[in-house]
Amino acid sequence: MTEIYRVMDALLKFDWAGHDFMKNALLGVLLVTPAFGLLGTMVVNNRMAFFADALGHSALTGIAIGVLAGFGQPIWSMVLFSILLAFAVMAVKRANTASTDTIIGVFSSSAVALGIVLLSRSGGFAKYSAFLIGDLLSISASDLLLLSVTLAAIIVLWFLIFNKLLLVSVNPSLAHSRGIQVGLYDTLFTVVCAVAVTVSIQWVGVLIISSLLVLPAAAARNAARNIRQYHFYAVAIALFSGISGLILSYYWDTASGATIVLVSAVIFAVTFAMRRARR
Amino acid sequence: MNRECTDPVCTNGLCCTRIQNFGVALGSYEILRDVNLHIHCGELTCLIGPNGAGKSTLLRAILGEMPHAGELVFLDGRDRIRRRPTIGYVPQKLELDTTSPVSVYDLIAAALSDKAVWFFHPKDMRAAVRENLDRVDAGHLMDRRLGALSGGELQRVLLSLALQPVPDLLLLDEPVSGIDLAGLKIFYKTVSDLRRAYHLSIILVSHDLNLVMKYADRVALLNDKTIQAVGTPEEVFKHKKMSDVFGLDLMNGEGGGS
Repeated sequence: MTEIYRVMDALLKFDWAGHDFMKNALLGVLLVTPAFGLLGTMVVNNRMAFFADALGHSALTGIAIGVLAGFGQPIWSMVLFSILLAFAVMAVKRANTASTDTIIGVFSSSAVALGIVLLSRSGGFAKYSAFLIGDLLSISASDLLLLSVTLAAIIVLWFLIFNKLLLVSVNPSLAHSRGIQVGLYDTLFTVVCAVAVTVSIQWVGVLIISSLLVLPAAAARNAARNIRQYHFYAVAIALFSGISGLILSYYWDTASGATIVLVSAVIFAVTFAMRRARR
Repeated sequence: MNRECTDPVCTNGLCCTRIQNFGVALGSYEILRDVNLHIHCGELTCLIGPNGAGKSTLLRAILGEMPHAGELVFLDGRDRIRRRPTIGYVPQKLELDTTSPVSVYDLIAAALSDKAVWFFHPKDMRAAVRENLDRVDAGHLMDRRLGALSGGELQRVLLSLALQPVPDLLLLDEPVSGIDLAGLKIFYKTVSDLRRAYHLSIILVSHDLNLVMKYADRVALLNDKTIQAVGTPEEVFKHKKMSDVFGLDLMNGEGGGS
């Protein structure tokens, strides 16, 4: 870690980069945003923005269960619970009974409500409100390790399964006719999203995590003409808004997660306007 | 179990597909029952029927995507039975909006190889995709976005994909709307040429009775959960059930068409 700090000190001769917590936060941003850029492309393709939101919300219940069960780190109960929620939504979706939109809404609000009820039981919710907005500046070295493992796993997986995910998203029957196990890949993608969202939620926050997933890809979509451009733009926009949002939050003294999201929202607005102008 | 094909065409050393006693139910609701259909190689069989008759459901059951009763038997040219024939499928539409960045290349390359299309665009893959598209005169569409294609162009792109690998049975689900008549004519002409070139068995779910009359070798009328009539276009269009379903005297030039 000290090695990395030394390199960063040599490269980044700025005021904000002088603090260790800012270096950690920057490393966190460099790990989280590309992963979200990648996953976001498919989340937007599949119109899963609302679902991503529900995943974020479910983390609150995960935290509550973790705290009640006396886990030191609520992260594992969060991951577990969000995967559980993902499976529940998939199962209901497959049964095809009511509008998926409504189903996700029901799950999402129930998860938030349950989380709040459990956490506020003895009047101590304030302690956990940090999870709502997130705190990038509190990332520790061991957190960074977990994030790098997650990012590496996501990239490897993205190389291995992307083509199949794309066919499933374009038309499930077509994918099936080409021997792809549609349910397996659907589930795999949902689980990966659930894991990515939960490992980052402490730093980004329940309220805005889905925007981090959706906005870079949505902005990239305004400009991209094929999948490769789509991915490169999405990752680039995610990285750019991550880094610039972090620096801005340092000087403005604002919550970093929200500032990052705001920057990507501005980029979305600009690319959207450019798209309209080009027509 | 009936393991030999008694159909004279099948025993002549030609391939055929038999759909035997197909039934599909969603919960307690029966969508299809007792569907029997023989499809011969080199023949274009058009499946017609009113909206909601279960035409697309039948295709999805043949694909094995929907649980169904009955069985699908494919006999190759040497009278060998194959339980899992290669099936090519052209869906009615794709699940994407007009702003989707997925290009024609992306779709086809993703289907032909495992090399992630978000990262690799190798030269030989581009050549393979172009070759694939050229079979249906769609090579020039390679770098267009799927969302920017006309209905007819999209059908041709999907058709080229369904031909790789060359299937034993080709299932085509024609869109109810969204293709202009010129595009539709090109599509029927292409399908009809492919049938001869590759000696394919084709089932085409069809909505344009004029084109069915012109291009189909055989027609199957689906209504009330099962096949009501099968035969040449002339035979089926004269069938009593036909006027029951479509309410028109089709042979006198009043019917059909979109």
